[in-house]
Amino acid sequence: MRLLGTASDKKLFDENGLRLDGRSPGDLRPIRIETDVLNRADGSAFIEWGGNKIQVAVYGPREAYPRHMQDINQAFVRARYNMAAFSVDERKRPGPDRRSMEISKVISEALQAAVMVELFPRAQIDVFIEVLQADAGTRIAGLTASAVALAAAGVPMRDLVVGCTAGKVDGKVVLDLSKEEDNFGQADLPVAIMPKSGKVVLMQMDGDLSIDEFNEATSMIFKATERINQIQRDALKKNYANTAQDWGE
Amino acid sequence: MSNVKQIVMPGDPVEVQNLKPRNGVYKCGDNKYCSQFFGILQESEQFVDVVPFTGKYVPRRNDKVIGKVIEIGPSMWIVDISSTYTTLLHMNDAPWRVTSGELKRYMNVGDYVYAKVLSINEIKESWITMKDVGLKKLEGGTLVSIPAPKVPRIIGKGGSMVNMIKDSTHTRIMVGQNGVIWLDGAPENVIVAIGAIRKVEEEAHTVGLTDRVKKYLEDKKGEIVGNSE
Repeated sequence: MRLLGTASDKKLFDENGLRLDGRSPGDLRPIRIETDVLNRADGSAFIEWGGNKIQVAVYGPREAYPRHMQDINQAFVRARYNMAAFSVDERKRPGPDRRSMEISKVISEALQAAVMVELFPRAQIDVFIEVLQADAGTRIAGLTASAVALAAAGVPMRDLVVGCTAGKVDGKVVLDLSKEEDNFGQADLPVAIMPKSGKVVLMQMDGDLSIDEFNEATSMIFKATERINQIQRDALKKNYANTAQDWGE
Repeated sequence: MSNVKQIVMPGDPVEVQNLKPRNGVYKCGDNKYCSQFFGILQESEQFVDVVPFTGKYVPRRNDKVIGKVIEIGPSMWIVDISSTYTTLLHMNDAPWRVTSGELKRYMNVGDYVYAKVLSINEIKESWITMKDVGLKKLEGGTLVSIPAPKVPRIIGKGGSMVNMIKDSTHTRIMVGQNGVIWLDGAPENVIVAIGAIRKVEEEAHTVGLTDRVKKYLEDKKGEIVGNSE
């Protein structure tokens, strides 16, 4: 059964202060990450975040083509964010649109900050992010999975990039917007950081937040990234922790 | 006591103490070093390294590698050595007297060659040569590929692991530093050798591996041709 909502003003909080999906303002949706899901890619990851289902494949580093786009000093991280036609309620026309191109650009820049691109002159690293099912926060979920896929591919990085969104809904600051909250809320703030240094590598905002609301939102995000980073680490470790036992030792 | 050596992620702090930080670590503060890779922390007598679980081969001078010819130029072969970049083999570095434009006669696209890295520059253009003992165009045999970071495990201390596999299976094995491995021998034996290599590849990060591979080879004794029973 799918909730179609009301025709009039959407109430996004119930009498107990809980959100539509039963979460408290500071709760994350369930997140699950799996690595090494694609054999042909150099690195891969699959993330489920709330209702989001996103597949990431990493190829490279490899020599950059076309030749004239090569940077003699470093590699490019070329992220391509794409939504499958069936990933949203209303069929999305296949192919890049302006939104996809913007998201591809901000994700490339976020990853470029973490990857040691100066070790690979004249090269490029391709990151393919395929959204199979969208449920708000796809760019952050895609970026979080991309960091895992890059690590799984053996690409040298300064840190594992991790992100989260926050926003304002019915005047209240909440963490990790769901689809309805994103559509009917008052602000959406996706942020991604390099957790060890706290450096911000992605920050965008739709809507309005006062300075206090913004500070509250970013502080919620920073705290949540600790948990999400642990999920990234557990996903990477999973394939290596038990091998000795599997062989019946 | 853990079965698995310490696993680190990019950005994780690495204890250096009185050792020298070497591969896979970078300076992330005053006297602080962090891992670049998702891999295993390795401490030897002098150095601290982080060895990634996988990754592309990075050519180093004098490394012996096994590559595949992918393109032929007027005076050189372009060779794929499972690295980020292709490498070049000039016709003057081949053991034959090659004239310009006639390279196809000696080695064609798809042929494999066992060669040595001659040089690599700052923008990672590299050249290989066949002019050294044992280097040649490879004929026949079977080729397998493992991630380059696992090659030291396959070779073992002073060649102990690969020699153990070679001796038990009566096969000839040539290991390229780039992760490409050439085997030759009776088909049944090659299969067992490949099984042993796969075991090392999958368990490279664990301790006690040498004993487990030894046991694997002993268990497979019956399948090996040419064993005097």
